[in-house]
Amino acid sequence: MPLSDAPAIDPAQAATAGATTPTAEARAAGAATGPDQAVAVEVRGLVKRYDGRAVVDGLDLVARPGAVTAVLGPNGAGKTTTIECCEGLRSPDGGTVRVLGRDPVADARALRPRVGVMLQDGGLPTGVRALELLRHVAAMYATPRPVDELAERLGLHGFARTTVRRLSGGQRQRVALAAAVVGRPDVVFLDEPSAGMDPQSRRAVWDLVRELRADGVAIVLTTHLMDEAADLADHVHVVDHGRVIASGSVRELTDAGTGPGTVRIEAAPGLDLTPLLTTLNTPSTPLSAGYLSSQSPPVQQIPSTQRSGQEGWVGSESEAGVYTLTGAVDPAALAAVTAWLAERGVLARSVTTGRRTLEDVFLDLTGRNLR
Amino acid sequence: MSVQTAPAAAPTPAAAPAVRRIAAQASFETRAILRNGEQLLVTIVLPVLVLVGLVRTSFLDLDTQGYTRIDFVTPGVLALAVMSTAFTSQAIATAFDRRNGVLRLMATTPLGRGGLLAGKVLGVLAVELVQVVVIAGVAVALGWRPELGALPAVVGAGLLGTAAFTALALLLAGTLRAEGVLAVANLVLVLLTVGGGVLLPAEQLAGPLAHAAVLLPSGALGEAMRGALLHGSVPAFSVVVLLGWTAALGAGAARLFRWH
Repeated sequence: MPLSDAPAIDPAQAATAGATTPTAEARAAGAATGPDQAVAVEVRGLVKRYDGRAVVDGLDLVARPGAVTAVLGPNGAGKTTTIECCEGLRSPDGGTVRVLGRDPVADARALRPRVGVMLQDGGLPTGVRALELLRHVAAMYATPRPVDELAERLGLHGFARTTVRRLSGGQRQRVALAAAVVGRPDVVFLDEPSAGMDPQSRRAVWDLVRELRADGVAIVLTTHLMDEAADLADHVHVVDHGRVIASGSVRELTDAGTGPGTVRIEAAPGLDLTPLLTTLNTPSTPLSAGYLSSQSPPVQQIPSTQRSGQEGWVGSESEAGVYTLTGAVDPAALAAVTAWLAERGVLARSVTTGRRTLEDVFLDLTGRNLR
Repeated sequence: MSVQTAPAAAPTPAAAPAVRRIAAQASFETRAILRNGEQLLVTIVLPVLVLVGLVRTSFLDLDTQGYTRIDFVTPGVLALAVMSTAFTSQAIATAFDRRNGVLRLMATTPLGRGGLLAGKVLGVLAVELVQVVVIAGVAVALGWRPELGALPAVVGAGLLGTAAFTALALLLAGTLRAEGVLAVANLVLVLLTVGGGVLLPAEQLAGPLAHAAVLLPSGALGEAMRGALLHGSVPAFSVVVLLGWTAALGAGAARLFRWH
């Protein structure tokens, strides 16, 4: 394994080698000289209060090099505050934050060249032209990425001479992303990078994020877009009320809890699901079947993955005429569903089977109510 | 997978030298101000209008203390120019940068907060240089013939005034909402111009203002400029007043400035 025994870099040798493209091995080798090789960002028990109210309340988070770590949560969950503590823009009231093994506030000078930041509100001066701004940020680094190549990658040339004030939201986001990565950072923090973007912009951004990951960069992004987290993230931290309430790969999160699959039925409204759930739960797990059938009204809400520890079918009429069942989907289960419909003389408009999506998990964890 | 050559393949992320970072920021700030129409109005057009207005019209009956009108008025206009750039223009620019997150974003780059501040101050000085060239050019065209030996004293007075008014600008920009700063910075400029002892000596102001204005940074800067250009030296009293304001406002800004 080249990481553990990476030799000290000989500057003369480094200077004569002459290649300019960053590689994953090089990043990893560079990281090996730092205090912590495997972890790029480590947050332990972070607490941050505004006016005495804890916005972040004992949050733990880890991000690794060469991986995309998504911080997923509803508005006001504490995502941005957490990221700002990692960026050194806010000082924690409790807990520890380490970026590349260093304190983001105390060691800011050492970290700034190695950490790229895209703020949620952009943080772009409005009176300057798009590419002028990017060149300005690039001037802060000793060996920035070539600005024209980066602008090409993100399609900035089309509005290169337009002032930031006149750019659309998506165009601004692309400029902000370019500014975050122009210094060849080891760690990138992206606060809602796709907000306000059209699909083409989003694709360009996601491609760039994947490229950074391949180069060994640690990427931490906040989002409330499920597809963004599902498509991009190697690791997802679901945050609510200032804490991580679930953590894992997308696969781990969607597989966890009540079952690996869903059955979605569109039919007449107001059908009683109780007999169906009893049937579904009877053959395999009598215990949970008994639990469910003991409740006389139909189950109206999918229990959260945390609250329901046991395996078993649960379901609800999530909107009028749309029934969502969650459990171990197999041919027998589907037969039970159609039999239940046939008994009632109901012809379903559609019956679809599928996995639980990240959105299902997220809504189960954070609740379906508006807040 | 050769570890030997791999480190060279990826340039280690590193900051540009501090001098280059700060110079880049200073140039960036200067261009931003000189390109902004409203900023140009306050920093260039307004002082020039005041100069021409006071010299070429007689709607103000000036007691020029025996000097020609142009000799008497130009030092005050230069002081006004320093105020407009170091205070009004900088307060507004910084306040909106703060609201838009620009300060926070630039603070995360290798520029850092210190570099950002240094860049802003140098940007102010660069804009003032442009102002002096324009205003002095117009004044010379109107018959101004200053002693070139006064230049060091003028520069000293300008730097002292810039320090005090930049500190005031940052104190405002770092504590009030951007819209509030926009209003206050313009209003204060007007009030100090009319009754702050900038354009005309404080002793020519009405009533208690005659005594109070010399204690204001505006009055002290005006006296310093007139001292430099009319008498060849900056009055010690003005220097003390400007240093005092710089210390007090600078300490306030350092303590109260909020980056968010």
